[in-house]
Amino acid sequence: MKNENLYKYLLGIADNSLILGQRLGELTGHGPNLETDIACTNISLDLFGQVRSYFQYAGKIAGDGRTEDDIAMLRKERDYKNVLLVEQPNTNFAYTIARQFLFDAYHLAFLKELQKSPDLTLSAIANKCVKEVSYHERFSSDWVRRLGDGTDESREKMQEAINDLWVYTDELFHQTEADKAIVAEGIGVDVTKLKAGYYTYVSEVLTEATLETPEIEYFQKGGKHGIHTEHLGYILAELQYMQRAYPNMEW
Amino acid sequence: MTLTEQHIDDILIPILEQVSDPEIPVLSIMDMGVVRSAKLLEGKVKVEITPTYSGCPAMDVIGDDIKSALKDAGYESEIDLILYPAWTTDWITPRGRKALEDYGIAAPLEADADKAVLLEGKRLVKCTNCGSHNTRMVSQFGSTACKAQFQCEDCQEPFDYFKCLK
Repeated sequence: MKNENLYKYLLGIADNSLILGQRLGELTGHGPNLETDIACTNISLDLFGQVRSYFQYAGKIAGDGRTEDDIAMLRKERDYKNVLLVEQPNTNFAYTIARQFLFDAYHLAFLKELQKSPDLTLSAIANKCVKEVSYHERFSSDWVRRLGDGTDESREKMQEAINDLWVYTDELFHQTEADKAIVAEGIGVDVTKLKAGYYTYVSEVLTEATLETPEIEYFQKGGKHGIHTEHLGYILAELQYMQRAYPNMEW
Repeated sequence: MTLTEQHIDDILIPILEQVSDPEIPVLSIMDMGVVRSAKLLEGKVKVEITPTYSGCPAMDVIGDDIKSALKDAGYESEIDLILYPAWTTDWITPRGRKALEDYGIAAPLEADADKAVLLEGKRLVKCTNCGSHNTRMVSQFGSTACKAQFQCEDCQEPFDYFKCLK
């Protein structure tokens, strides 16, 4: 492949949205109430739409006829490069919201930078996505405040979810070799530079929500290199089932 | 020539105006602003459309509907999906805004007002049933990605608000 680094870079970005979109999709018909159910599935739909744009571009770069569907459905677990955060389960609504907020805050900052990319396809995708993700971040940060600054029980659950998922936040700012190469080419986003702003912003929202910002020294990592938590296999089993059982099936 | 200008051959306008948004049938795709160009070249029409939201499932249907409308008019066509410049609610025409209101969907406000409505709970969206501004947001996300759910506090009518996208 002529531009393998860019291909890998695109998959790294898109896999986060794909796996998070799949997680949110699990809530279809199972959300805590109708409005949040619809909101989570709307966000899921946006994320899948964004994934399509990245995978279509990746398919073009691969240049061997592989389609967006092949890329989404036919890889093995180790070939998915999403961060560990997005594959964590919908334990309860606080966890769904904590996962969403911790990702949205990063995602929005990332897309704002990607909009400046001299790669016109990347900047066009980012331009489109940033508008949608602004709505996602409004939704998730609003719920962090509501649950945090809510009842004793909602506050306790929100704090527990933030504490448990915090360990996955540092990985958002790690770079693979492909990421570094694309940043060096001047078309990618240097995520290491987003880290300080991210933690400042997240901490502000948590404070407003009367929640405490966790302080820990050790973080989990591995997703960006294909080493996942036990959850990803189950997600892929469901995501890929139809294509594996009935190869090449279409709607 | 600016990037937000549309390039649509005059002869194709009446054909494209017959194609409606599958989710909001009163709104033609022309009034929605999703058709960015349509040109007739040597008997074949090349159409560029842009999605409202990335995941909008209506886009595939819109592409198919354009093809069949053009075919009925005697033209073969090719549809391209373009992402830049990104669609904005500013491209909904005045006629489109009126069609939305008549259909029971509140048309998007200006960006500042939209923010005040969705984030600060300001009461600026007009009820599509009784016209009162005493309305509240029920949820930022509605029946489709482009809408939020509202309810009128005076007549109690629940309705959709088309969110501002800039």
